[in-house]
Amino acid sequence: MTTFELLAHGLVVALQPMNLLYALIGVTLGTAVGVLPGIGPALTVALLLPVTYKLDPAGSLIMFAGIYYGGMYGGSTTSILLNTPGESSSIVTALEGNKMARAGRGGPALATAAIGSFVAGLLATIGLAFVAPTVVKLALSFGPAEYFALMVLAFMTVSAAFGESTLRGLTSLFIGLLLGLIGIDLQTGQARLAFGIPDLLDGVEVTTLAVALFAIGEALSVAATKGGDSTIQAIKGSVWMTREDWRRSWKPWLRGTAIGFPIGAMPAGGAEIGTFLSYSVEKQLTTKPEEFGNGAIEGVAGPEAANNASAAGTLVPLLTLGLPTTATAAIMLAGFQQFGLQPGPLLFTSNPQLVWGLIASLLVANLMLLVLNLPLIGLWVKLLTIPTPWLYAGILMFATLGTIGANPSTFELGLLLAFGLLGYGLRRFHYPIAPVVVGLILGPLAEQQLRRAVAISQGDPSALFHSWIAVVLWLLAAAAVLVPLYLRWRGKDKILSQLGGDED
Amino acid sequence: MSETPAKQTTRRPDWAALAIAVILAVVAAVVVWSTARQGGAASYARIGPTTFPYVIAGAFFILAIWTAFEAWRGDFPERERQEISPILWIVGGLAAQMLLLKTAGFSIATGLLFAATARAFGRGPLWKTIPLGTVLAYIVWVIFARGLSLSLPTGPLEHLLF
Repeated sequence: MTTFELLAHGLVVALQPMNLLYALIGVTLGTAVGVLPGIGPALTVALLLPVTYKLDPAGSLIMFAGIYYGGMYGGSTTSILLNTPGESSSIVTALEGNKMARAGRGGPALATAAIGSFVAGLLATIGLAFVAPTVVKLALSFGPAEYFALMVLAFMTVSAAFGESTLRGLTSLFIGLLLGLIGIDLQTGQARLAFGIPDLLDGVEVTTLAVALFAIGEALSVAATKGGDSTIQAIKGSVWMTREDWRRSWKPWLRGTAIGFPIGAMPAGGAEIGTFLSYSVEKQLTTKPEEFGNGAIEGVAGPEAANNASAAGTLVPLLTLGLPTTATAAIMLAGFQQFGLQPGPLLFTSNPQLVWGLIASLLVANLMLLVLNLPLIGLWVKLLTIPTPWLYAGILMFATLGTIGANPSTFELGLLLAFGLLGYGLRRFHYPIAPVVVGLILGPLAEQQLRRAVAISQGDPSALFHSWIAVVLWLLAAAAVLVPLYLRWRGKDKILSQLGGDED
Repeated sequence: MSETPAKQTTRRPDWAALAIAVILAVVAAVVVWSTARQGGAASYARIGPTTFPYVIAGAFFILAIWTAFEAWRGDFPERERQEISPILWIVGGLAAQMLLLKTAGFSIATGLLFAATARAFGRGPLWKTIPLGTVLAYIVWVIFARGLSLSLPTGPLEHLLF
């Protein structure tokens, strides 16, 4: 079957009333958490894991993907109107977007962000549909050794390659890997690092860790610093873009998509990188360089498109290889596992309805988001007026609800508190959060592949390097650690720490 | 992501970061100890259930030394001033919820957490926020426990009406 036919079949699944409802819930929730500071798509998906346990797998996954896309849209609203980016991938949008809002051009800024996100989301989702089958074909030739090398590469790019410090990125990653070890070893049934505590035998719950690190750690950190005061810029004037705005926006949208999608699709970490690259490209190409820094519309249009395109790109390794490269993708992987599904090339043959339904539903979700974010933008802006104390009190209420729903035990809440303090400590000392989550979820899978690879070769570790694909992946992984170390040593760390982001 | 202020003034050991190095080393030692004790069935495979823990423990040792080195050079980014009392309020709220959940039920325990968090961000008084939080938590309980059949602990309040 051609990709178009598969996509058409997917659309039939996506347009079922129940699935439309799931998508609508997903994009609405996603936009809301994207707009709200202190809560993001990764946390939201984690919170919904226990709630969706008994629901339909396809519907739940459509909802999760909707949250991911919605978070990307919603984040831009906060950056533009509040100057405090809701998500790390909207930092760049705040640079020019907030300046535009201050200059009374908040409406067009929001419009170019929303339409740019739509254009990018549409093109990148179609890109996903066309790239995925090719990657699947390639991935079918992968054995455990290649998978293990690929996971090591993902670990290194997520933790070490970008961000403020290689040391702190790696430390976060290994904390996650260590937490992933706790519990019963799946292959031999031995309890590892459980210290005789029965509650630890099942391992650390993804929901508990994500809630603690994202919600509680963030609340503690914001409360302790008495976060700076920020003023919401009212939307003045029309939300509609002038002919001039359109003329200046459409090229950055397309360029942003072209930059964001491949970066998201490579196992190279979060959406932030694409947004920074897009911003600097627009700055180079603009005909009005004097406007950059004072509210240039290109500086909003490009990065916002890049941001959404890379969100779609992230789904390529997630769906075709089972390889998450952001915290949200890692938690979505946990969502697949909850339903006994393992993303990867086999999922495309064993469950084509689900995969293509999911991809097609992204097109639907994208359209819903455009409607939610243009005519209804006023509603979302109201969310920004919730006072911080009530906002965080509510966040903690729902965050603990997720953990209690998954496992209502005193021990689990104790873990939640302990990991919450860990999350605060990580923030306090500028350790990134995403590698911990990726390590926890991907670590056990990597170990499984490693042991499988060595078992096949009857204990010979050189089997890990038996094919040229594996060797190339190992070299890339080594480069992902060593090149940034060298650049930092040469004092070029400014560029890298700019590229680094926090969560999601 | 925050700007790292250029501080070229005095490089002195960063004691808090050194403490992190010590913690990392202790974690490594605990992992080695626990894994050695686990022993169990001697695996014929060269890579068995103890391989990964040992590798990770080794990585933690290396990271500890690296952290100590950076701490000594003062390479850690500068940290903002922290207020202690908001942290204590939130931690206290979470602890109260944890301890009371089984006896007092979801609504009261979570209401206390709500009020403590609001207090951490400077909203009070508690005699107003605790009832407010309890009522909100009760509504949440009704939606999730009744509507979505999530199993949430019950207490006197929950038994009162259902």
